[in-house]
Amino acid sequence: MADLTSRFAGITSPNPFWLASAPPTNTGEQIMRAFDAGWGGAVWKTIGQPIINVTSRFGAVHYGRSRVIGFNNIELISDRPTEVNFKEIYEVKKRYPKHAVIASLMVESREEWRDMIKRSIDAGADGLELNFGCPHGMCERGMGSAVGQEPAVCEEITRWAVEDSTIPVIIKLTPNTGDINEPAEAALRGGAHALSLINTIKSIIGVDIYKATPQPQVRGASTNGGYCGPAVKPIALHMVAQLARNPLVNVPISGIGGVETWQDAVEFLMLGATNVQVCTSVMHYGYRIVEDMIEGMERFMREQGYATLEDMIGLATPKYKEWGELDLNYELIAHIDEEKCIGCQLCHTACWDAAHQCIHLREDTRVPYVDTHECIGCNLCQIVCPVPDCITMLEVDNGKPQVTWQDYADALARGETLPAGKHTSQTALS
Amino acid sequence: MTSNATPLEQAQSPWREIAESERLERELHDRKPQLSSGNAVAEANRCLYCHDAPCIKACPTGIDIPTFIRKIATGNLSGSARVILDANILGLSCARVCPTEVLCEGDCVYNHLDQPPIQIGKLQRVATEHAYARGERFFERGEPNGRRVALVGAGPASLACAHELARLGYLCTIFEKRDLPGGLNSTGVAPYKLHLEDSLRELEYILGIGGITLQTGVEVGGEVGLEALASDFDAVFIGFGLGEDGFMGVEGEDAAGVHGAVAFIERLKTEPGFSVAGVRSAAIIGGGNTAIDCVRELRGLGVPRVQMIYRRDEATMSGYAHEWTYAKAEGVQGVFHAQPLGFVVEAGQVRGVECARTRVEEGSGRLVVDAGEPFVVEADLVLLAIGQSKLGSLLADIEGIQLDRGRVVVDPATGQTGDPRFFAGGDCANGGKEVVNAAAEGKRAARGIHAWLDARG
Repeated sequence: MADLTSRFAGITSPNPFWLASAPPTNTGEQIMRAFDAGWGGAVWKTIGQPIINVTSRFGAVHYGRSRVIGFNNIELISDRPTEVNFKEIYEVKKRYPKHAVIASLMVESREEWRDMIKRSIDAGADGLELNFGCPHGMCERGMGSAVGQEPAVCEEITRWAVEDSTIPVIIKLTPNTGDINEPAEAALRGGAHALSLINTIKSIIGVDIYKATPQPQVRGASTNGGYCGPAVKPIALHMVAQLARNPLVNVPISGIGGVETWQDAVEFLMLGATNVQVCTSVMHYGYRIVEDMIEGMERFMREQGYATLEDMIGLATPKYKEWGELDLNYELIAHIDEEKCIGCQLCHTACWDAAHQCIHLREDTRVPYVDTHECIGCNLCQIVCPVPDCITMLEVDNGKPQVTWQDYADALARGETLPAGKHTSQTALS
Repeated sequence: MTSNATPLEQAQSPWREIAESERLERELHDRKPQLSSGNAVAEANRCLYCHDAPCIKACPTGIDIPTFIRKIATGNLSGSARVILDANILGLSCARVCPTEVLCEGDCVYNHLDQPPIQIGKLQRVATEHAYARGERFFERGEPNGRRVALVGAGPASLACAHELARLGYLCTIFEKRDLPGGLNSTGVAPYKLHLEDSLRELEYILGIGGITLQTGVEVGGEVGLEALASDFDAVFIGFGLGEDGFMGVEGEDAAGVHGAVAFIERLKTEPGFSVAGVRSAAIIGGGNTAIDCVRELRGLGVPRVQMIYRRDEATMSGYAHEWTYAKAEGVQGVFHAQPLGFVVEAGQVRGVECARTRVEEGSGRLVVDAGEPFVVEADLVLLAIGQSKLGSLLADIEGIQLDRGRVVVDPATGQTGDPRFFAGGDCANGGKEVVNAAAEGKRAARGIHAWLDARG
């Protein structure tokens, strides 16, 4: 058995699957059921001065036959009295000592922060997550993403928390910023013990076109909310990777954003996250999804020879490079498996209308063919093909040296031209 | 309201009376119920939206299927119906009666991916029913061009032809010998696919374009001669379908309980009060689609024992394999390699079909009847589904029209016959195919008439 034990900034949990601070972690009763289902940790629904919510609160993007590929909410932090939340943290921690319970906090003044941090520690929380990310409702009051978007404020409040805390302080970052490195570095200057990202992306989920009203609607009106769910995963992966390869970032990262399966979690880990946090997929399917996340990841690790999570963490980070560092002479061409092809010709349409006009049709068969001399290996045909493994991208041994844009530009500056790109010289195609 | 409002409304009352009466077909319910809107959207979203899609090529009317399906997926059901009806104005009935298994759905690329094909017929039904329910019309009668066309027979071929001609600005008059128009859609299609009232609903929708006058109860060849039509009108379209059921010409065929299959189906679809109560055992002679329709209908009406008698084996039946599979699942039995010789009749009532065994002669492949002892398939109802007569002889007076085994020979591009004034389509020209073929051929003839008259000037 591979070991799924997660060690995150000194917080140990049975596995790297934590519930993110959100409706699934609203109460102790929910979190205990989640732990029974297999979740390794939970970040409590953000505690602060209790708020009043509106109805409705959620919206979603459905695509084709798939529901909830994206999700947004205009719900605020916990609407429950702070003492109830802290009492329940105590109860949960007492019954589930091996699971990670993190108190998510969001208040304004230094006194309030100090009070909340003390009460969290007294309740037995394993760590604090400072919500500097919420992009709706709270930011207008100077909290949430309003903090995350102002590096100086982010640094200052982090410093307060670190000074007052005896347990790890995690700073949850907003993606609603030009460069994620800025708030991250600010938090680290403030002494943060870990970072978590991404919080939700500022969004309007859609418009009811028959009522000309944005969604979700609250008595004929709406407001911008926070976008999350499977559709945001690529954005989250990028931001996690940006921090993971930032030499100034020397603390663990908790990856958040569209995690639904064990594969998603492995992707985050390989790009540098130490654990993951999950919300939307639980809102869609419930706590039970963690069972397959655990089994799938354990099986994957065993089959791939990873004994511990640490063996996987950051494996892909060094391979995340700048465009100018990529090899201009790496060459792929598309190959269509004629036996597998069902003749839908979507590859032809896509190539013809949106790529390089190199997939052609023939008389007497619906199977298209690739003009390998013209194919630029863009992947579009493979992406649109509905048949598994029908179109593959074959590597061409063109005998050319590795040339990056940086090499090419440097040579140009010297007055030389390097062979680069597919049609610059004879290739080894038959 | 359109210019034909008066004749249409006059004609409607007898149809309505029949359509609303208690008829046996009402006991046969839809075997392929309409998809719910949620299921329709889900199914539409499965469509791959193929380039140059095979389903389009498999449709005799060339409906742009991926386009209409995509419109269902986007919630544009009216636009979807427009695409369907633009290609095939009989899209409502075709959605239900087409053998999609061997047409569009049979050619869906999903069949090569071990996945069920898109349910194209059911999606077409959702879209067309949506438009009908809202009374949406998409095509207007063309600017009148002063030309007039007579159409013989008010079945799918003539309706498709007349509608297309109306769009081009023609005035059309359809002559129908029955009181009930609609052709086989009204009198012949299996009730678990299409009921009479739906056929009439479609007919009224088609006539609603205007410029089409329907004269029922008028037999061309009788009071109105074809030559007379040809001189009164600029062109004549012949879409009168097939004739009477064929009989074997053996003793006992006139006994009570022996019927031609097509005539029998017409009665159960259109005759108020017609019943099969008391029938214990039925035998249908034939192996084509009419025979399979009959056995399925009789089982559906609760006849306890229904058998189909066919001369050859199961694999050589001309009826669709998928329909026969359904029939067997519904409890129909096949009696194969059986050649009916005559009938067992008691007191004027049929009691069985006397049959000889047949076999295929080795080498020659010929079917031969065994000399051995005949056997009896018991039945108190016997239907003959061994083909219908061809009506080509009605055209004997028109010298230029050529016939091929009773079928009217037409130019495959235009539907024009050997006498340029006459065009033809549907069963009388193709020998008996699907509604969708008739629709395609009717439309083809309309284009042919238009091109011919334009060229003639």
